[in-house]
Amino acid sequence: MEAIVSAASVIAAGLAVGLAAIGPGIGQGSAAANAVEGLARQPEAEGKIRGTLLLSLAFMESLTIYGLVVALSLLFANPFAG
Amino acid sequence: MIEVGTHWNWTIAGVHLHGQVLLESWLVISILLVLSWKATSSLTLIPKGIQNLAEYVVEFLVDIAKSQIGSKHYQSWVSFISTLFLFIFVSNWIGALIPWKLIHLPSGELAAPTNDINTTVALALLTSGAYFYAGIKSKGVRYFARYVSPTPILLPINILEDFTKPLSLSFRLFGNVVADELVVSVFTMLVPILVPLPVMILGLFASSIQALIFATLAAAYIGEALEEAH
Repeated sequence: MEAIVSAASVIAAGLAVGLAAIGPGIGQGSAAANAVEGLARQPEAEGKIRGTLLLSLAFMESLTIYGLVVALSLLFANPFAG
Repeated sequence: MIEVGTHWNWTIAGVHLHGQVLLESWLVISILLVLSWKATSSLTLIPKGIQNLAEYVVEFLVDIAKSQIGSKHYQSWVSFISTLFLFIFVSNWIGALIPWKLIHLPSGELAAPTNDINTTVALALLTSGAYFYAGIKSKGVRYFARYVSPTPILLPINILEDFTKPLSLSFRLFGNVVADELVVSVFTMLVPILVPLPVMILGLFASSIQALIFATLAAAYIGEALEEAH
């Protein structure tokens, strides 16, 4: 693989996963904060709050995973190689 | 050295297949079949042992279907949703728990069948087909009126949604499984004792959540296709 393509792919892979972790990180923190507040107000709703929180966290996680998939495909299945 | 994406290629009757994914999927299917057969072989009114576990699982899955699809139409979709959940759950867990390294393949290695994008895309396309089938069967051609409601301006977004739904389903599952496996393999390469364990437990937890997410989203899409007036 040409040197410039390798270098660019490596930088792009790092940026992809690094930047993709910012938004969902903030979102998940905010969701967890609101869930804990709801739990403090009404401890009997723990089951429902926990279930909804986990589901929402998984949705936000998937956005970071998209970034990881781009990074992995750049490193291991690079369409510009060769 | 860690490598991603080498497969054991089979060619059967001109069709190119990833052999190790087929072997793992057959293992998952046989595990599910044996467990279901054992749980239902001598049914008692008050369940004990494996029948109790099976009833708990079925109740959980019926609850997912009922809460997403609505109490009128959920009955016929319970088996589809349960199959999705159980296949993905058992695949992810055998990928993480069974010591595959003991079996040597000519090329590539055994792991969870869902770490191949083909498996997850197949499951996502099945879900797409299922919600189209649900919508067209219950509403006929009027199903396509959904694309222009509430306003026709949303037509391109609704059409785009039909492509992003299977895309996001497949990538979410694939990315989670491959990420778990990669992190465990990198940690094992660096510190083979004790340090990979918390990550493996996190991987088990995250992959079961992903099975639940996939099944819940599939049920939600089917419910959305089946719902009557806006």
